[in-house]
Amino acid sequence: MNEKIKPQYGTPFKTNWWARAGWLLAILYVIYAANYLNVSWVRFVAGLSNGADFLGEMVPLNFTRWKLLVGNLLETVEIAVIASAFGIVLSLPIGLLAARNLMPSWVSWTARVFIALCRSFHPVIFAILFVKAVGFGPLAGILTLIFASIGFIGKLFAEAIEEISLKPVEALRSAGAPFISIIVYAVIPQVQNRFIGFSSYQFDANLRNSTMVGIVGAGGIGGTLFAAFQRFDYDFLAAILVSIIGLVMVSEMISLQIKKVFQ
Amino acid sequence: MMSEQNKSSGTQPKRSLKIDNLVKEYVPGKPILNGISFEVEGTNCVAIIGPSGTGKSTLIRCVNKLIPPTSGNVYVSGENITELNGKELRRARRKIGMVFQEFNLVERLSVMENVLCGRLGSISPWRAWLRKYPAEEINRAFELLESIGLLEFAHQRADSLSGGQRQRVGIARAIIQNPHVLLADEPTSSLDPKTSVEIMELLVELSETYGIPFIINIHDVELAKRFTDRVIGLSQGGIIYDGPPSELSNENLKEIYGGASWLQ
Repeated sequence: MNEKIKPQYGTPFKTNWWARAGWLLAILYVIYAANYLNVSWVRFVAGLSNGADFLGEMVPLNFTRWKLLVGNLLETVEIAVIASAFGIVLSLPIGLLAARNLMPSWVSWTARVFIALCRSFHPVIFAILFVKAVGFGPLAGILTLIFASIGFIGKLFAEAIEEISLKPVEALRSAGAPFISIIVYAVIPQVQNRFIGFSSYQFDANLRNSTMVGIVGAGGIGGTLFAAFQRFDYDFLAAILVSIIGLVMVSEMISLQIKKVFQ
Repeated sequence: MMSEQNKSSGTQPKRSLKIDNLVKEYVPGKPILNGISFEVEGTNCVAIIGPSGTGKSTLIRCVNKLIPPTSGNVYVSGENITELNGKELRRARRKIGMVFQEFNLVERLSVMENVLCGRLGSISPWRAWLRKYPAEEINRAFELLESIGLLEFAHQRADSLSGGQRQRVGIARAIIQNPHVLLADEPTSSLDPKTSVEIMELLVELSETYGIPFIINIHDVELAKRFTDRVIGLSQGGIIYDGPPSELSNENLKEIYGGASWLQ
């Protein structure tokens, strides 16, 4: 127990002063920013009682306007389904064009730039742009989510294609197969399951996002949700939130089943 | 489509491969293949031997222009492959069957689909996608699968097969092309010694049955001597031996591979 490290060996673990300085700086900045933005314990406690009042006003849930609720939910689902259908169908060729191992670089870079544009804005910003461009209503929401879908599936699909084995591709090329047949026989089978995975994941995301695009007037239940907020209809608001939770859970179950079928 | 092919192959005199002064440079000024010329006809089985990195795989891929040669010409049954591009090249590739070291099957497709991949050059992508192959091609695929002993595996996925079985599927895929020349790039290197012999027997037998000239890259000199009737030794980009395997001496092998200790 009393043995000490022999001095001729020096220290066994090197101290990383840069990392320590970095952590210290990060902690100092958080404290500074919290002060600056007036985030304090007192403020938090005051907010808590406010939140309790808010929650209190939410119950009991108010389903008296269920017709409006159901109609809006259906529109939300329609936006998600249509946007997913077009988004998935479009991202298949776009993802393919973006795959650097199959396409000449000018094609893949063009496709990549397009995908990057689709990914560059949050859906809310796209929704605002499309509401300005095509007017209020579900069309703006659908366009928003189509772009979001291409940005997500297109990118992941391109990456999946770039990871495939090119050996079957070589074999089919040597047999004189046309390019489309090579895609159908040697590329798609290698990425099909992952594509279905990305697509069902994106459908979930579209369903959640389609409840939100309505806030800026792009159709769906978001508009009603926002209106309920502004009119302090907290019991109706709670009913909407619970319905959205139910909807998302149902869609999770459906996408699980879809994945099972394609295993 | 099949009958049209049969007709055209019937009018051809003899299935053949002619390589004329082939040069391939990956780096300008440093040819990996330097003026290769040889000719194969009828049911000739030719082994190409040589040390690793000497361009055997490149040579075989120059035949079907998977790798475009720098200069020189390749003729398959008299047709110059090197000057073809695009659609014409694809049409010509139908006449060239190829078997690969790592089988190059589509793992997730069935054995039947993999065999029919050999017909993709002769069918539109649309029909291929719908699996609408002509009945005689499907019958031919079943016959081939039966002859290589894999009939009951037709509906299994390719990745459920053993190495030897996969290579048989790869061979069936090449044969169903009804090729004018059969290329094999180290077809036994991923297999155990017993399976290697079986695969060589099958390749030679099919080449003789259908009268297809057969060119094989091979590391195993003993296998080459046992199964082929002509050996071409490559070294440093040139042919330094071309003759029957019986005349291939240890002196030749020393010259091809360099050193003597490995010969014992």
